[in-house]
Amino acid sequence: MAIIKTENLTHLYSVGTPFEKAAIKDVNIEIEKGEFVGVIGHTGSGKSTLIQHLNGLLKPSSGKIFIDGQDIWQDKSKLRQIRFKVGLVFQYPEYQLFEETVYKDIAFGPKNMGLSDDEIDRRIRETAKLVGIDDDILEKSPFELSGGQMRRVAIAGVMAMEPEILILDEPTAGLDPEGRNSILGQIELYHRNTGSTVLLVSHSMEDIAKYAGKILVMNNAGVYCYDDANKVFRMAEEMSKMGLAVPQIARVANTLREKGFDIGEDVYTVTQAKAGIMNLLSD
Amino acid sequence: MIKDITIGQYFPGKSIIHRIDPRYKIIITMLFIVMLFSAKSFYSLPIGVLYITFAILISRIPIKIVLKGIKPIIPIIIFTAVLNLFFIGGEPLFKIWIIKITADGIKMSIFMIVRIIFLIMGTSLLTYTTSPVALTDALERLMSPLKKVKFPVHELAMMMTIALRFIPTLIEETDKIMSAQKARGADMETGGLISRAKALIPILIPLFVSAFKRAEELALAMECRCYHGGEGRTRMKQLHASLIDYIALSFTLVCTSLVFAINIIF
Repeated sequence: MAIIKTENLTHLYSVGTPFEKAAIKDVNIEIEKGEFVGVIGHTGSGKSTLIQHLNGLLKPSSGKIFIDGQDIWQDKSKLRQIRFKVGLVFQYPEYQLFEETVYKDIAFGPKNMGLSDDEIDRRIRETAKLVGIDDDILEKSPFELSGGQMRRVAIAGVMAMEPEILILDEPTAGLDPEGRNSILGQIELYHRNTGSTVLLVSHSMEDIAKYAGKILVMNNAGVYCYDDANKVFRMAEEMSKMGLAVPQIARVANTLREKGFDIGEDVYTVTQAKAGIMNLLSD
Repeated sequence: MIKDITIGQYFPGKSIIHRIDPRYKIIITMLFIVMLFSAKSFYSLPIGVLYITFAILISRIPIKIVLKGIKPIIPIIIFTAVLNLFFIGGEPLFKIWIIKITADGIKMSIFMIVRIIFLIMGTSLLTYTTSPVALTDALERLMSPLKKVKFPVHELAMMMTIALRFIPTLIEETDKIMSAQKARGADMETGGLISRAKALIPILIPLFVSAFKRAEELALAMECRCYHGGEGRTRMKQLHASLIDYIALSFTLVCTSLVFAINIIF
């Protein structure tokens, strides 16, 4: 059974005024448990609106959302439980830090869940280790940290809730390449360690190509397609019409195929391309 | 939701009212307040009423929006009306137990209702038709004589402009932080007064931190462009009074004098 399912999900802004506009319209998706999904689409395509529906922060104008088969708006009092199940990391999450120490800030989510102190402590230490926050940083004020460290702490704050579904909205925006790679690697690690479902919203095709198994393409307030990464990256032409570019490597592979060189099926990362080309040359 | 808060909202347009020089518009609004509150008889009050109705009509601001501005002050209107109705002395018209209603009381409460409603309409018409920047600019100019007594007019106007500019930004930010904390399970809707007040901490602290950060960045950006206060500063947009402004001012003056004249005659 799909862990995330939406049925004709529609969200309208400014209802009843001349400015009424659908942010998302008739979205039907089914995401299986344990997937790593890359969500792409240009600005205004409805990505952020969609993900804020998945943990009940936004109420749909019409349509339904099922998490684990349960309609999340059926019982409003259970909405908070849904938010513990579906962890959402916003864009620039370092703005949400507020506690005196990093330790207390990461504890905010788990505390709201009503866990025991021992369990909270275990989770904090585990996630801090996962995102590369040393023990001595845990006792520092979050406002003393560097931008990259603050980002990690904020992400750890959500991860410590150990959500079954982790959604991240552009978690690497504004970071240097090294910081980007390490944060994405830590998300991948969380995905592997916990077997959770991860939705990663990103502008960077390269990032998505490297980590995501499936890709959800949003366009014009709706889902353009939801398919395996290699299939999506084959549609270079359709993607560029939407103002999206497939990863560089996928473009090279597509052109090679057009020219009659059989480079293989799934080629969209450097490693895959290397293997494909080596194969081609040795033949 | 929190985004629906509108303070000093501005509705862009090209009507005559929109085009009046903001300095004149402020003076005219003040004159209008004088006109409204000095009217003492049933012959002079309608002048103010008709005056503002006419102004709203030519400003092409939807009546619905103007009426919506009245809504929040309805309790105040009722309160003043009741107060005036029962506590103005004079010859009682009729008397029930200790409550007596006088003719003066009825007149006074009608006057107060009309005055408050049209005062709000008139002053909000000023903010509806003038952009905040134009408004502070005009205030600065009007208050410039105070510079002689070392009053920091320019600094005050700059502070007002910046404050107005950042209201929507801060509202948006509050919304964002609230969502982020809710996603971490913050509970803001249930619990007693103390737990609700405590629930505000995770929102207020990040809000203050980012407001200070913004202020620092803005100050730095201004300094980088060599901003150093009002001394020797010239303007890109010069305010020039034109024919419309003179006509509008004269029209207002005529109406105000008419009110005074009627007051003396009756």
